[in-house]
Order: sequence, then C-alpha cells, then structure tokens
Amino acid sequence: MFFTQLKELVELARAHTQKISDVMLALEIEEQATDEVTIRRHMGEQFVVMEAAVRRGISQVLPSRGGLIGGDANRLWRYVQANPRQSMLGPVASAAMANAMAVSEVNAHMGRIVATPTAGAAGILPGVLVALLDTNQFTRSAVEASLLTAAAIGLVIANSSSISGAAGGCQAEVGSATAMTAAAVVELYGGSPQEAVDAVGLALTNSLGLVCDPVAGLVEVPCIYRNGLHAVTALAAAECAVAGIRNVIPADEVVGAMYDIGNSLPESLRETGLGGLAATPTGRRLRRQILGGA
Amino acid sequence: MMGMDNRRPIKYHSAFDIIGPVMVGPSSSHTAGALRVALVARKLLGQNPTEVIFELMGSFAETYRGHGTDRALTAGILGIPADDLRLPDALDIAEISGLSISFTKSPGTLYHPNTVRISVRGKSEQIEVVGSSLGGGKIEIVEVDAFPVRLSGDRSALVLWHRDQPGFLATVLTAVANEGINVGRLSLERVSKGGIALVAIEIDGSYSVGLLDSLAPIRESVIKSRLIMPV
Repeated sequence: MFFTQLKELVELARAHTQKISDVMLALEIEEQATDEVTIRRHMGEQFVVMEAAVRRGISQVLPSRGGLIGGDANRLWRYVQANPRQSMLGPVASAAMANAMAVSEVNAHMGRIVATPTAGAAGILPGVLVALLDTNQFTRSAVEASLLTAAAIGLVIANSSSISGAAGGCQAEVGSATAMTAAAVVELYGGSPQEAVDAVGLALTNSLGLVCDPVAGLVEVPCIYRNGLHAVTALAAAECAVAGIRNVIPADEVVGAMYDIGNSLPESLRETGLGGLAATPTGRRLRRQILGGA
Repeated sequence: MMGMDNRRPIKYHSAFDIIGPVMVGPSSSHTAGALRVALVARKLLGQNPTEVIFELMGSFAETYRGHGTDRALTAGILGIPADDLRLPDALDIAEISGLSISFTKSPGTLYHPNTVRISVRGKSEQIEVVGSSLGGGKIEIVEVDAFPVRLSGDRSALVLWHRDQPGFLATVLTAVANEGINVGRLSLERVSKGGIALVAIEIDGSYSVGLLDSLAPIRESVIKSRLIMPV
C-alpha cells in the first residue's frame, strides 16, 4: 500500500476513515516489519531531540561555526516576551518563528538536531510544533502523532521530487519542510486529510523557485531566516486550508512543478555557494573572510 | 511531468527517513550523509584504516569546508556515528590515532551532485568506494572497486568479490533463501567472462553468521566477502 502521490494518501485515509498519521503508521508497520508501540516510542524520542534543540537555541546564544549567525532566536524571543503587545504576528506565530531560528542556530553550532527532512530546513517543523505544544491546546502525544503526518507528506515529496538542496534548490528543503509542517498543523487543528493536502499545495506554491544560495557555502545565511519566516508560512498555509481554501493547482502537480523547476535551476543556485546571495558583494566578502581565496 | 512518475523505485521508505536522522549539524547531505558513506567504506574495508583519500565531487567539492564535510567523512571512516558529539573534533581524533587523510577535488561527477570517492587502505586491505548523499541523510553507494553497485546503507548487505563462474549467483541466493532472508536489491558486474566479478546484495532484516558458512560450495570462487550491518 505504498503511496507515491498526495492524492493516494487522501484516498487511503478516506477509505479507512483515518487521519494521514494513521495511514503513515500503517505503512511504517508494514514496510519496516515493526509495531505501533515501537514506532510511537521512536517518534517520541525524535520529538525529544527536536524540542531540546528548540529550548537550547532559544535560551542560549550559540555562535555558528562559520561565525555568520548566533543569538537571533534569543533576541527575537526576548523582544516578544518584553513587548507582547508589539508583536505583529501574535504569540504563536512569533514563537514558531523564534523556535525555528533556534534550531537553525543549534544546527550551525554543530549541535544535535533532527533532520526534518534535512538539517538545513530542520527548524520549521519543531519550531511550529513546540510553539503549538506551548499553547497547552494539544497533548504531547497528539503533537508526536502529527510528526507521522509530516513524514507522510515528506515521503511523497522525497520520492517524487527531491528534498536535496544540491539537487532541487532550497524549495526542496525549506519548501518541503514548510509543506510537511502545514499538513501536521492542519491535522492538529482537526482538519481533514484533504485540507492537510491543500495546505501542502499552498505552502509549496509559496516556496516554488526558492534557490539554495548559502553564503560561503555555510548552512547559516540565508538558512536561518528562511527557517524562521517559513515557520510562519506553514501556519499561514494551514490556516488558509482549514478555512476552506483549495489550492487551484492540485498539490501533486505543485510537487511535480517543484521537481521541474529544480531541474531547471543552474548549478550556481543549487547549494554550490556560487550564486544568489552568496554571489552578492557582501556574500563574496564574507566567503573570502571565512574561507580565504578570491 | 517526470515528477509524477510513480513507477520508479522508491528511495525513501520510512517515516524516519523524513523525521530523522538525529544528527550533529550543519547539513544532512554534507555532514550526516557524507559520514554514512564513509562508514560504509570503513565496513567494506573491514579493518582499521591507516590512510584515506577523499575525492570530493560536485557540490561537495565547492562547499565541503563550510559544511564540515571534511570532519564528517573523517568521523565516518573512524567509525564515529552521525549523532555523536565528537564529530566536530574528528580531524583531531584522526591525527591522534595516526590516520593519514587527504582531500582532493574534482568538479564534475556522473552521479548525484553530492558525491565522494573514498580510497582507503588498512594494514592488509584496500578498497575504493564511490557514494552519493541524496538529501536528508540518505545515501547511495554507487561503486565498489570500480564495479557499479547500489547500496543504501539502510539495510544489511552481503558483498562478494569473486571469480565469474556459472551457478555462482544461484548458490549465493539459495544460501540466502535457506536463511529465510528476502533480497531487497541486487547488483552483479564482472570485468570479463570468467574474470573478477562483484555481487552486492541488500537483504531485509538481519542475517546470521551461518550465512557465510553456507557459501562453502563456492568458497573456491570467493576472493573476499563482507557482511555489513546498516549504518
């Protein structure tokens, strides 16, 4: 019953009156010859590492290995704590943004994170889910279950398109993470499988064309900003979908478009650190400063 | 719309391919994936490495220092796993343990943009492994000693260097079947008819050491064998 399209995922969930997370669970049991308890325990362990990375990055100022970033998550969190009425986004979205940046900072510090689906995009899913956990509206086990929903979406995208920045650009990493997160949020808020997939389509639509242009080749700039800002995008896409907005282009076709766009991207915009922001005067100067050479 | 083709082999199988691996940053492809390719190379070598050359290709060649790919590859060849906090110190650990390491770059690659050729030598063995990092920590070993293979590192694998002879593969597969093991992937290539050949078999679940014993009927043809665990 391996699903390779989002459409199939919705049909499987509908046929068994299940959530997407239940379909993922059933597939995992079948494919890995394991049982539900083991899978849920393992997912719980992943979430422990995810949450620890969020808490660490929020509360500590961690300089990155390359020296380009560090302390932004803490800065943002302190600002919002001190001026709650000044927060333009509201408490959940601003917490999600700070949390996502926190994980990016832990990652760039060579700390321990969970690749979701990759390390470069590892902030978005934990950032949003920890912000939602902190609202006390959701149980920890519901949040952990939503990781299975995110995984199901990620599996479809990884198998039919790409989750590699070197192959498909940043849309494949941050775009995929945003889409996975949007679906997880829809499920937490009680949305249907179709609404979760609509959120995927919307989130991915808003990420198409995003290039991978790391300054000095480091997973620092712009990765941290994209993680932070796309955490908000994931929430936005989920809200649109739960409100009943259907992406006009079916989500599977958006995934297909992402694949085609990735193949059309020049190598300079696929994680080589040679184009885009990396090629700006400041990007070049920073590269010389950090790595030497011309 | 190649992206919509659902008949090609599936590379990502598990929820934990997507929600995982747990790893030391900063890059799942350039750090965790690179490390896993080197771990497979270490297992295929089958002894402690003393000298290693990493030839970095494609995106690896451009950005390896920034992503800590050099530390990650070194950690892998030393047998340090991807979630081990010693990873950032791998170059120092290698120096202390007397492992000689060098890095070379070649811009092009026939494979995925993140690819490395690992030429590694131990006390009595040497091996050359080419592997790609596909994203999210997922890898594919694409060459062993210049023979094309397909190994994911996710499953146990049996690799046999042997002399090409009729019935060899049938005997191997019978032995595998007798252990009740299912084959997930298989590649076989030879230099020439009757020449040296290499077969790589990925198997579901685990294996018992008895598997190698049951290859006795073809022992004469086997030059070298490795049974490796998932990395």
